[in-house]
Amino acid sequence: MTSVYRTKDGGRIQRGKPLRFTFDGRALQGVEGDTLASALLANGIHLVGRSFKYHRPRGILSAGADEPNALVGVRRDAARYTPNLRATQVELYDGLEAESQNRWPSLALDTGALNGLISPFIPAGFYYKTFMWPRKAWDSLYEPFIRAAAGLGRAPTQADPDRYLNRYAHCDVLIAGAGPAGLSAALTAARSGARVILCDEQSEFGGSLLAETSATIEGLPAQVWLQEAIAELAGNPRVVLLPRTTAFGYFAHNLIGLNQRVTDHLAVPSAEQPRERLWQVRAKEVILCAGALERPLVFPGNDRPGILLADSARTYLNRYGVRPGKRVVIITAHDGAYRAALDLHAAGVEIAAIADVRATADGPAPQAARQAGLPIRLRTTITGTRGGLRVEGVSLAAMDGGPSQSVACDAVLMSGGFTPSVHLFSQSRGKLDWDPAAQSFVPGRSAERERSAGASRGLFGLAEVLADGAAAGADAVAAAGLTPPAPRRLEASGIDLGTDGFLGALPGAGAPGAKAFVDWQNDVTAKDLLLATREGFRSIEHIKRYTTTGMATDQGKTSNMNALGVVSEALGTPIPAVGLTTFRMPYTPVTFGSLAATSRGVLFDPVRTTPIHDWAAAQGAVFEDVGLWKRARYFPRGGEDMDAAVARECLAVRSGVGVFDATTLGKIEVVGPDAAKFMNRLYVNAWTKLAPGRSRYGVLLRDDGFIFDDGVVGRVAEDRFHVTTTTGGAPRVLAMMEDYLQTEWPDLNVWLTSTTEQWAVIAVQGPQARQVLEGLVEGIDLSAEALPHMSLTEGKICGVPTRLFRMSFTGELGFEVNVPTSHGRAVWEAIWAAGQPHGMVAYGTETMHVLRAEKGYIIVGQETDGTVTPDDAGLSWAIGRTKADYVGKRSLAREAMNAPDRKQLVGLYTQNPSVVIEEGSQVVADARQQIPMRPIGHVSSSYMSATLGRSIALALVSGGRARMGQTLFVPTADGEVAVTVTSPVFYDQEGVRVNA
Amino acid sequence: MHDTLTAQRPSAASMSAPAIVKPLPAASRFILQGSAAVMAAAAAALALPDTKLACRASAHGERAILWLGPYERLVIGGEAEGAELTRLLAAALVDLPHSLVEVTDRQIAFEVTGPHAAELLNSACPLDLDLSQFPVGMCTRTILAKAEIVLWRTAPETFRLEVWRSFSAYVVGLLEEAGRA
Repeated sequence: MTSVYRTKDGGRIQRGKPLRFTFDGRALQGVEGDTLASALLANGIHLVGRSFKYHRPRGILSAGADEPNALVGVRRDAARYTPNLRATQVELYDGLEAESQNRWPSLALDTGALNGLISPFIPAGFYYKTFMWPRKAWDSLYEPFIRAAAGLGRAPTQADPDRYLNRYAHCDVLIAGAGPAGLSAALTAARSGARVILCDEQSEFGGSLLAETSATIEGLPAQVWLQEAIAELAGNPRVVLLPRTTAFGYFAHNLIGLNQRVTDHLAVPSAEQPRERLWQVRAKEVILCAGALERPLVFPGNDRPGILLADSARTYLNRYGVRPGKRVVIITAHDGAYRAALDLHAAGVEIAAIADVRATADGPAPQAARQAGLPIRLRTTITGTRGGLRVEGVSLAAMDGGPSQSVACDAVLMSGGFTPSVHLFSQSRGKLDWDPAAQSFVPGRSAERERSAGASRGLFGLAEVLADGAAAGADAVAAAGLTPPAPRRLEASGIDLGTDGFLGALPGAGAPGAKAFVDWQNDVTAKDLLLATREGFRSIEHIKRYTTTGMATDQGKTSNMNALGVVSEALGTPIPAVGLTTFRMPYTPVTFGSLAATSRGVLFDPVRTTPIHDWAAAQGAVFEDVGLWKRARYFPRGGEDMDAAVARECLAVRSGVGVFDATTLGKIEVVGPDAAKFMNRLYVNAWTKLAPGRSRYGVLLRDDGFIFDDGVVGRVAEDRFHVTTTTGGAPRVLAMMEDYLQTEWPDLNVWLTSTTEQWAVIAVQGPQARQVLEGLVEGIDLSAEALPHMSLTEGKICGVPTRLFRMSFTGELGFEVNVPTSHGRAVWEAIWAAGQPHGMVAYGTETMHVLRAEKGYIIVGQETDGTVTPDDAGLSWAIGRTKADYVGKRSLAREAMNAPDRKQLVGLYTQNPSVVIEEGSQVVADARQQIPMRPIGHVSSSYMSATLGRSIALALVSGGRARMGQTLFVPTADGEVAVTVTSPVFYDQEGVRVNA
Repeated sequence: MHDTLTAQRPSAASMSAPAIVKPLPAASRFILQGSAAVMAAAAAALALPDTKLACRASAHGERAILWLGPYERLVIGGEAEGAELTRLLAAALVDLPHSLVEVTDRQIAFEVTGPHAAELLNSACPLDLDLSQFPVGMCTRTILAKAEIVLWRTAPETFRLEVWRSFSAYVVGLLEEAGRA
């Protein structure tokens, strides 16, 4: 390291460990402990980016999360590229590749800077004005221009190969920020035995202490005390310390979102480590020690590279061993800049001038500066700056006008005072109070169980901050129900810098040709804000949106208070009356990966499979998603497409036998002495007279009378029903049942248990189903006399206990074999083997759909859409007419629910039997009417039926049952299709086969 | 500094000794629902203390009764004693209205064990699993990311998870992914 900007010693960097990195392809060197920003400054590089709107050259403004300018892209490989990182927060590692953004063709020569020349024509709110007219120019000119100019940085084009994890955590006290206040709070809380989580966004704990060279705490140099404090906390097993972890969001009931960056600082991250971890911390008590942010000053030309915040410059010097320049001018409204000047002066930097906008500066720091002979000018401001890609000089003039004097320099440090960081407090919906003495918004009434300490509530003296942290720690511990330790006062010496500051724009900011920036990231000047007030804007919420001030990704960390100051002065309204915009999460940007955590790829959602799944997969089944389940859709053989496979499967079931995995059907066991009474009140059907051993097709309505779910319900015993639901409907049916049971009928002695996964269900369907099962069952008589259609019995199959239903969703003789799930695969294979002599096929959901449609059986969610009554669906027969009540009965009695023109379920035959209508098509009475035509119904199901040798469709048509034989039309993109209305039962209308 | 910290605090940044996830032997299971009298009679029939406290399990040998709700328990027994449990409970509860439903095959049990077992579960379970808040013997229905589970702490560093069968691949996959760190 031979750079003239790197100091010989001091700071927390390791000069003996050089790190190579590149910036825009240029090979550079930093050292371990550097951030990208400090390494660039050590190389004399201030120019790091182009501004968003005017493409003005911009330099590093700050040393932390508030950085508005130095947004860079960091690349590890093609898939690992992260745009818009703040160079001030990027830790340097060997081999880091960074690039600037928003410049073309290069950072030094950027054609977008032409925007600067036309800036008089793109003032605040220009989007709303210029682009209004002419209308034609919008599509061809304005929109493409805006789209090209919008956004910052480029997104990586490949899938993110990194891993991200989540962690839920609880604690008594969460402390956000590990500066002096946070550490003091943590020590107090930890000593009481509390569970403590202490997090800080930086790589090291310490906050302002990391740049401290002279202050002492308990007689120790601040950095030695810091080391001991951290060691004490690290040795406490009830304390979790999280560096590189940003508290980015304050959610309801003290849930705090933390973003922990685990590997971004490593040259070679371990493949086993997640890149980031999202912590969702539920804290009994929270202490916000977020510190304060230094404010820039708003003077003409305040955005040139080389102009930075004074305390940031001090951080670069004391923590990173970097001088910001060789000859600096300081402009300030706060004593802190004098402390920075003294440190820089001691490090060999020439202080060309200290311009203080105040009339007096008599604090200890200014006095020390005076004694050191530094050139101080009171009541002085900067009226302009010079320089292209780097500041070369400033013009100084008296605050009340007069001639200006030019002073050469290569860096300008500014300080407008400090703004307490109230972001998290505001996110927690706490009320901010205006402190007129400190000219700051500070935390007022809390909405959550939290308190702020230290600079984040406007306290700045070191001893005061440490005491405040300890008090907050004790308060939090007591609020969490623990006993705080005896108060221990920490002796500390630190220079008193006062709370002076300046809000708004300095004189000259509104002068012709002046560009005095308020918001660096969104390129908003003082004049833009003044223009907005001239155009009638009064509320800061409106001015923010009109000018975009504070709306960049930095959320106005450096700009909001100055914007308020400008507006307040222009309107002659006090700042609290102008208002304050809302602080929103995240505090700094958070990656999508972190928020998604493990919810990606195969772990995005549970993939539910049945015990027969692997068998079906081995047979080449094609699966479809039904809710979270994978269901076999069809079993193609020898290159069949779906239509061919389904036709073959359908014919095999109708002529022989097929086997179908119905495991996913929802099952609920309803048990108790009042089980029948409960079922009677819930379902439309009559259950009291249903004998044990018999089953019934049940229909469940919502209280509005529309079909909610259906399924076969078997009465296993007097007090026990086996209820089946649709595959997707199981959870909502169980929830509805529980709801009624707990809120409407708590007097009933009946209980519900989900048994969906207790049973594997194997449907054996077809004329030869009985022969297949005969040889496998024990103690079960499968004859039509002993086990008629819609009955059930218990016994054994293949040595396994079974609940065997005689039922059919195909219209054929059928059985559904329920066996405990762990035996499902073995029993399936036994049935499969027994079925082979009968030509058994395995069939999937697609064939099931066709077979049931041939019989006119509805599918809830296909024939129903939440507006279909039992009568609409042709299910009036299922309703227990004599029942006093059931869910939905009152609604069904309403006149409109019985209107003759309601959509009713009918069958449709296309007049051309080979045409299969598209499902969802509309049905019209007259195909020659004007478009838009008046639909009288829609097609709900439509298939090619191999059994019937023609297409069939189910439809819901207005007054459909009165239209039998009528010709209707289905308009399609290729012209209308003529259809004939028919019964929805296309096959075996007498039901002979099902009763075989 | 921070490297020292994280080395001392594996909980904070990395799971250096990951917890072990393994399936438990098959068991018989029942959901028992009914009044307090039902629960008292059932516990007596199984020679277990009646778990009157919310979210507590009482267990002896392979048998356990887990409190799932004021009127609901999960009864667990050895794989071979399902019929015996049914007989015992049916006899004890013959005069009391109740619901006893076998769910032996509905779910699968896993054990998560090791010094970081609680942290591993906390990658997807939002409950406070600190020993002081979730002591040995505590059980509850909860979630593991998008799966519902019953979680039962059987020892300071050991948890039993009862997982619905079709969610088991997801649960295991999730814990493996979270434990690979």
